[in-house]
Amino acid sequence: MSKRDEILKKFPPFQENILEILHALQDANPYNFLTHEDISSCAEYLQLPYSYVEGVASFYSMFSLKPRGRFIIRLCDSPPCHLMGSESLLDYLKEKLGIEVGETTRDRVFTLELSSCLGVCAVAPAMMINNEVYGNLTPEKIDKILNEKRDEL
Amino acid sequence: MTIPRSHVLISVDANTLIAGVKSVELALIEELRKRGLEKEVSVIETGTLGIIGKGVVMVVYPEGVFYGNVKIEDIPELVEEHFIKGRPLKRLIIETVTPTFVSKEEVGLTRKQTRIVLKNIGVINPENIEEYIAVDGFSALAKAITKMTPEEVIREVKNSGLRGRGGAGFPTGLKWEFTRNSPGDEKYILCNADEGEPGTFKDRLILEGDPYRIVEGMTIAGYAIGARVGYIYIRGEYKLSIERMQNAIETARNYGLLGENILGTNFSFDIFIKKGAGAYICGEETALIESLEGKRGIPRLKPPYPVAKGLWEKPTSVNNVETLANIPDIILNGSEWFRKFGTEKCPGTKVYTILGNIVNEGLIEVEMGTTLRDIIFQYGGGIKDGKKFKCALVGGAAGAFLGEEMLDVKMDFDNLKEYAAVLGSGAILVMNESACIVDMLKSILRFFKHESCGRCTPCRVGTKKLVEIIEKFAHLEGDEKDLEEMENISLVMKDTSFCPLGQSVYLPVTSALKYFKEEFISHYKEKYCVSGRCKQKKVLV
Repeated sequence: MSKRDEILKKFPPFQENILEILHALQDANPYNFLTHEDISSCAEYLQLPYSYVEGVASFYSMFSLKPRGRFIIRLCDSPPCHLMGSESLLDYLKEKLGIEVGETTRDRVFTLELSSCLGVCAVAPAMMINNEVYGNLTPEKIDKILNEKRDEL
Repeated sequence: MTIPRSHVLISVDANTLIAGVKSVELALIEELRKRGLEKEVSVIETGTLGIIGKGVVMVVYPEGVFYGNVKIEDIPELVEEHFIKGRPLKRLIIETVTPTFVSKEEVGLTRKQTRIVLKNIGVINPENIEEYIAVDGFSALAKAITKMTPEEVIREVKNSGLRGRGGAGFPTGLKWEFTRNSPGDEKYILCNADEGEPGTFKDRLILEGDPYRIVEGMTIAGYAIGARVGYIYIRGEYKLSIERMQNAIETARNYGLLGENILGTNFSFDIFIKKGAGAYICGEETALIESLEGKRGIPRLKPPYPVAKGLWEKPTSVNNVETLANIPDIILNGSEWFRKFGTEKCPGTKVYTILGNIVNEGLIEVEMGTTLRDIIFQYGGGIKDGKKFKCALVGGAAGAFLGEEMLDVKMDFDNLKEYAAVLGSGAILVMNESACIVDMLKSILRFFKHESCGRCTPCRVGTKKLVEIIEKFAHLEGDEKDLEEMENISLVMKDTSFCPLGQSVYLPVTSALKYFKEEFISHYKEKYCVSGRCKQKKVLV
C-alpha cells in the first residue's frame, strides 16, 4: 500500500471527511501542497469528481495547489496586528526574502502568505510558521527566527 | 497522602506557549525537586489567567500572588524567595495594589468581574476531568437528563433570556425550540468554534481553558433538541484548542458522560470535532454547515433556516462556544439566578477581548450593559503611555468605530444597535490619539476583500472597489466624491449582499466617516496623516 493510500484509509470514505483528508495529504508533503495525484486519489476514494475536490481545495486558504516552501510564513495583517505595525514587517519580509505575498523563495525554503486573525492579538504583531506562532515581532526578531528555521533544515 | 501547602497555577494557553511556558514550568518543577519541595508545592497547568501580553504568567495560592514575565533564569530566585523564605518576589508581581500579598479580586483584569463562562478558567486543570467534576462539573447535565424533560430544559433556557453570543444575539431557547419542533427524528447540534473575527480569541481561550464545560453544554443542548450527535467545528489554526477538546471528549466517553446511555439513562449522545481549513466565511452558520458536509464554505440562501433544514437537510441548532458555556450554570442555578446579571433584554454576562493601545490587554467577563468607559478605564487600566483615547473598534472587523461620545453607552445587543453599532464577537480594539483611521479602515477593507467568498456581486466587487478608494486616501489622495462613493457602495452592499459578511462592511465604513470625516479630508487636502503611516505614492522617474 502506498503512503497516500495509508493516509486515505485512516478516514471513512465519506464526503464530510474531505477537509481532514486534504489536511493529512498536504501535511505529508514536504513542500506543503496538494499534488495532482493527491487530488485524484482523494476524488477516487470519496467517489467524487476531480473538479469537485479541486474546487474544495482551492476554496480554503490553508490548502495550496502549488508547491510551497518547507516553511510557510503566515503574517497576520488583521486590524489588531495592523495597529501594531504589521505592514512595515510585511515590507521587511518581502525585501529580506525577495518575494511577494503568495510566492516562494527560489531555494524553496520559505513561502510568504498573509493570514487573517491568528487569535493571538495580545502579542501583536504576530505570524505563524507552519504550526508555530511567533509574537511581538520586530525586524531583529524575524531575522533570528528565519535563521533558526534555516538551521533546522 | 500529603496535602501541598502551596499551589502554583501556570497558565498554559496559546499566548503563554509563545512565551515559552513549558520550559519555565519544567525549570520550576526541577528547582522544587532540587530543594525537596516537590510534595509541598504542587504545580498545576490551567487555562488562561486572563492576563495576556505579560509573558509566562502564574499565580501562587493560598496567597493569590500573580507573577508575570517569568523567565527560566528567574526560577531559582522565585523558589528561594517565595517558597523557602516565604516572601513574594516583588519584581515579578503583576499589578500590585499593596506592597505585600494581594487577593485575587484586587488584581487588574480580574477585578470585580462577574464570571460565569470563565469561572473555571485559570482555576482548574483543563486536561483533568476530575477537577471539572470537583467544581460541580456535569451536575447540570445530571440534573437535566435525570430530573427534567427536554421541554423543561428549553423552557429554562428561554426564561433565562440567554441570547446567542456569536454576534447575532438570537434567543438561544427559541432556537432550540424551533429545532426540537421541526419535523424529523434526526437532529444535530453544532458548536461554532470557527472564531475568525479579527481581535477575537475568547472562544479559543474557553476551549483551551475549560473544554469540559463545552462538552457539558453541548450534551445538554443535544438532550433538549433531540439530537444524538453533535459536531464542534474548530478553526484549523487552533491547534491547542483541538487537542484539549479531543482529550475532553475522549475522557468524557471513558467516564460514561458521552456515548450510549449517559449516566444510565436512555439518552445517548456523542460529539465529534471537525477542523476548518482557513476561511473566515465559515463562521457564518450556513457556510459552516456546507463546510462540515465537505463542500466549499459558501453561505446558503435563508430561509430555510438551519433549525428547519441544516446539516444534511436535517433540523440543526448552531450555537457559539460562549453561548454553550453559559448553559450548565443556567440549568444548575435556574433562569432567575441568571437574570440577576446584565440588562432586562440581555441578561447574563459578556466575554470581551480588550487590546490595542491599552494598559492591560486581556480577556474579561463582565455583566451585559457595562459601559465602554468602564471596560477601557476600569478593567483595561486606561490608555497606554499616558496618551488620549481616540476610539475603539467594537465587534471586530465587522464592527463599528466608537468615538468618545459613545463611551457611556451601556453595551448590549439592543442598545448598540440604536447607534448603528454592534456588540458582535466582543472584540474591543482600542486606539489612541496617534492612530490613523484611514490606515485602520484600509486594513479592515483589505481583510474583507480577501475573505469575500465571491458568490455574490455586491460583496465581490464592492470590497474590491472600497479597497481601491481607501488606498487613494492612504496615499494622501482622493476627494469628496470618493468619500460619498465609499458610503454609497457600503450601503448598497448592506442592502444587497447575500450574507452577513458583505452586509456588515457598512458598519466600519459609515462609523469611520461619521466620527472622523475630518481626518479623511485632511489626508487629501493638507496631505497630513496623524500616524505618519499614510504616505504619498513614490513616483518612479
